[in-house]
Amino acid sequence: MSKRKPYVRSMDGWWKKNPYFVEYMIHESTALFVAAYVFILLVGVVRLGQGEAAWNAWLEALKSPLSVVCHLVLLAGAVYHTYSWFKILPITMPPVIVGGKKLAPEVLTGTALVVAAAAGLALLALVWRIAL
Amino acid sequence: MSEQKIIEIEVLRYNPETDQEPHLELFKVPFTDDMSVLQGAQYIKDNFDGSLTFRWSCRMAICGSCGMMINGIPKLSCETFLRDYYPNRIRIEAMSNFPIEKDLVVDLSGFIEKLESIKPYIIPREPRTLEQGEYIQSPEEFNKYIQFTSCINCTLCYAACPQVGLNPDFIGPGAMALLHRYNMDSRDGGAAQRMELVASEEGVYNCSAVAYCSEVCPKHVDPASAVNINKANAAKDYFLRFLSPKGGSK
Amino acid sequence: MTKILKRSNAPIFWGLFGAGGMLSALFVPMMVFITGIAIPLGFLLPAGTMSYPKMLAFAQNFIGKGFIFAIISLSLWFAAHRVYHSLHEFGIHAGTGAKLLCYGIALAGTVVSASVLLRIGF
Repeated sequence: MSKRKPYVRSMDGWWKKNPYFVEYMIHESTALFVAAYVFILLVGVVRLGQGEAAWNAWLEALKSPLSVVCHLVLLAGAVYHTYSWFKILPITMPPVIVGGKKLAPEVLTGTALVVAAAAGLALLALVWRIAL
Repeated sequence: MSEQKIIEIEVLRYNPETDQEPHLELFKVPFTDDMSVLQGAQYIKDNFDGSLTFRWSCRMAICGSCGMMINGIPKLSCETFLRDYYPNRIRIEAMSNFPIEKDLVVDLSGFIEKLESIKPYIIPREPRTLEQGEYIQSPEEFNKYIQFTSCINCTLCYAACPQVGLNPDFIGPGAMALLHRYNMDSRDGGAAQRMELVASEEGVYNCSAVAYCSEVCPKHVDPASAVNINKANAAKDYFLRFLSPKGGSK
Repeated sequence: MTKILKRSNAPIFWGLFGAGGMLSALFVPMMVFITGIAIPLGFLLPAGTMSYPKMLAFAQNFIGKGFIFAIISLSLWFAAHRVYHSLHEFGIHAGTGAKLLCYGIALAGTVVSASVLLRIGF
């Protein structure tokens, strides 16, 4: 008779056991920050659809100190999402071949972060143009 | 003469005949600066407890047998040195995400089955007779897959992948890297056959891009990249199969 | 292995996840800054930047409408996919229920934003 009795270890708390996994869980959690902000935005869109008074009430609500503090936290989460999203880009997208060689991961991430910064600034510029 | 240095090595022990669950056992091992963690384990086996069970063969990071968790990190014990941990204690355990057979030996049968399931051989794009001569491959074509041929089946990437631990049916990083190696070979025409597995519920979408597999790979195969390239391929197959005359894979 | 392999429907959700992750990585930080910090504090941007007439015009513009819809909807699909996977990773194998809840919220957000944006007109 076989004396085999393979032991399967529990996965409980696996993500606490390695700093790499802790960082993974932190960057995964940025989705919650993005979702929270998008919910606020969705409320804004609904209020916009309800007319001027409703829209102004939404704008007023955003002025409360609690709201501003919340948005600072959401900003930190959103920025970390951007950073972590592009940090894993060299693995999540097919390799980019330049001059017969695979583009170095740091170059790819760096380029993507520059593009993201440019996209953000372009959006700011657009909002400026609308404002004037 | 300098004093003999002693390092504490904690080993996760499990004897299937007597133990209900694994437990740690501490050994005090005299060592020299040129000793690997594998040699530390061998010292324990030769001098303290002959029943300590672990796999090893080449002692030079090419056979892929001696992988273990060293202070929680999947590493080849033959190329990890005791001096880098001294004077701290080292803890060695069987590779994560595999069932423990005995002490540091894990049950690799699931991995072997996965390896077989990817059809790890060239399925000729166009069969050639001997008279037709060899297949011609350019350096550019060769470079497309060479990186993925470096795998030594050490399974450290499986020990690094929480998704393998959470779903043991997931085909996993190493086998996917080898699958990609054959798909990328200009002589091979088996990508469509292998797609059935890639796109299945055991396939690439179990991966959530933790990417630790590529981090621990001793041969820089970058299995995470192979898995993720195939997510895009499987998505293409999923949506374009309606346009393809053959209807893609099932 | 002669197991019968079942094709995964993940490409749909994975595609939405990828699109939402990318779009939110590009624009959400600046949007949080504009709507949640700069405008409420009257900082950097001119007063009245987000006044009702201006925002209504923005939401009625074809591109503006599309942008708002894409950000809201795709970001929600992105977040829903991650949360669903995280539940699995934390050992909560709630199965179909969790899936319906996560993706259901994203679908609801998509429907609500689409209907409001359509009602606002062009």
